[in-house]
Amino acid sequence: MSDKKNNTKIEIDDIRKSFRNAKGAELPVVGGLTLQVMDGEFVAIVGPSGCGKSTLMNMIAGFERPDSGQVRIDGREVTGPSPKGIVISQHGSVFPWLTVQQNLMFGLRGTSHAETKEERMALADHYAAMVGLKGFEGAYPHELSGGMLKRVELARAFIVKPEILYLDEPFSALDALMNMKMRNELLRILAEERHTVLLITHDVEEAIYMADRIMVLSPRPTKIQASFEVDAPHPRRLGDAWAQEMREAILRELGL
Amino acid sequence: MNSTTTTPGWARALGRLLPPLAVIAAVLAVWWWSVARSDSPIFPTPWGVVTGAWELVEDGSLWEHISASLTRVGIGFGLAVLVAVPLGLWMGWVAGAYRTLNPIFQMLRPISPIAWIPLAILWFGMDDISPIFLIFISSVFPMIVQTTSGVHTIERRYLRAAANFGVPRGVLFRQVVIPAVLPEIIVGMRIGIGVAWLVVVAAEMIALRSGLGYLIMDSRNAGNRYDLVIASMVIIGVIGLLLDGSTRLLERLKIVKWRYVR
Repeated sequence: MSDKKNNTKIEIDDIRKSFRNAKGAELPVVGGLTLQVMDGEFVAIVGPSGCGKSTLMNMIAGFERPDSGQVRIDGREVTGPSPKGIVISQHGSVFPWLTVQQNLMFGLRGTSHAETKEERMALADHYAAMVGLKGFEGAYPHELSGGMLKRVELARAFIVKPEILYLDEPFSALDALMNMKMRNELLRILAEERHTVLLITHDVEEAIYMADRIMVLSPRPTKIQASFEVDAPHPRRLGDAWAQEMREAILRELGL
Repeated sequence: MNSTTTTPGWARALGRLLPPLAVIAAVLAVWWWSVARSDSPIFPTPWGVVTGAWELVEDGSLWEHISASLTRVGIGFGLAVLVAVPLGLWMGWVAGAYRTLNPIFQMLRPISPIAWIPLAILWFGMDDISPIFLIFISSVFPMIVQTTSGVHTIERRYLRAAANFGVPRGVLFRQVVIPAVLPEIIVGMRIGIGVAWLVVVAAEMIALRSGLGYLIMDSRNAGNRYDLVIASMVIIGVIGLLLDGSTRLLERLKIVKWRYVR
């Protein structure tokens, strides 16, 4: 879609990870996974529950180290989490003791986007408005609905202008209607501010609706089993024939 | 739950208040009846307690005793908060500090504060320092333990988010760790002030010339004034209730409200 696509943003190079269970037996979870994500690309990774999706995401985002192999971003090995790539996960991590505005300002303390408090407040208000939270800047998270909480989380991520967004089943705790609404919201913001996105999900339709490329994971120890390109322009219609066919094909890969 | 349309607010408030009031009334009635029946020369009737308490109010000594006890609790408990909160945060955050200090604190904690009285008298003599020391000893350990466990139970997703945004350490502590632990600190303070109030009365019974504990012992020693003994007990109970109520008010602070909703 753009000229930036020529550069590789994320390189996942044959990473492996095992855990020990209670009896001390080795349990391989990720078994030699390789993947490249281009700058500005939206890649979805689809896998069955319990196949090691979250472990995979933790390694890519830097919260865990692989036993072997490497994750590189812009050619540099990932050794820990950084504001370069912000994680948004199912249960969210909006701080319940901070107001919406304080939550949005929080992330800015780790960046150089806003030096003064006034600048941080102005940016927070701008991003709150962008996700439709105008008028709720002073509200505490427990006063908000699940959908609005997700908006806070998105705004808190976008405000630090991360180069990469890691979405780990971001909307699966929402009801079906809100889930679809948030997909559109996310695509709208991504059209305004380009980011590289890595989405991990068990929801095949979510992947088809949003991603440029879909990778299907194998059961444990997981690796990439199949890959699908999605060329259709946005907004996509999941009822279209191509989408239905792709859904069938992906589900077949998943053994359904 | 929505208010029903048939019962007005005052009626429901009355419905909640009536049963506990009835229990208190029953206790008073049984007390009065047994004293009247036994014809005890020492044990007072409820009315005797009221007139006894009124005597103390009139000659002003009641306020002196109350403020003596409260001052000791205030100083001892205040010092305990100042020590316990930073120490608890440090022990919760630094695993090495926890491993090093937790065993000794766990061993000191179950020792009743009363057991420290001889040492307190030996070290600090018979004046105000001894009860303040005892209050400190009794309330500092529960608050350390509560604060430490508060740090240990911070949900990982919040710490991970903070790590993800790469904020400086100071911001991490001020905006994540401390607010996350604050509800536990308040629980610790409630426990601490409760123990402190128990201990001050006990300490004053032995070592001192003022305070509500001293008032109880003095009333008994000076001519078996059991009306004053019981009056003191009631006052101790009411003040304890007020102390607990005022620490509970902290739970209403906006910054900790997230913990008590849902």
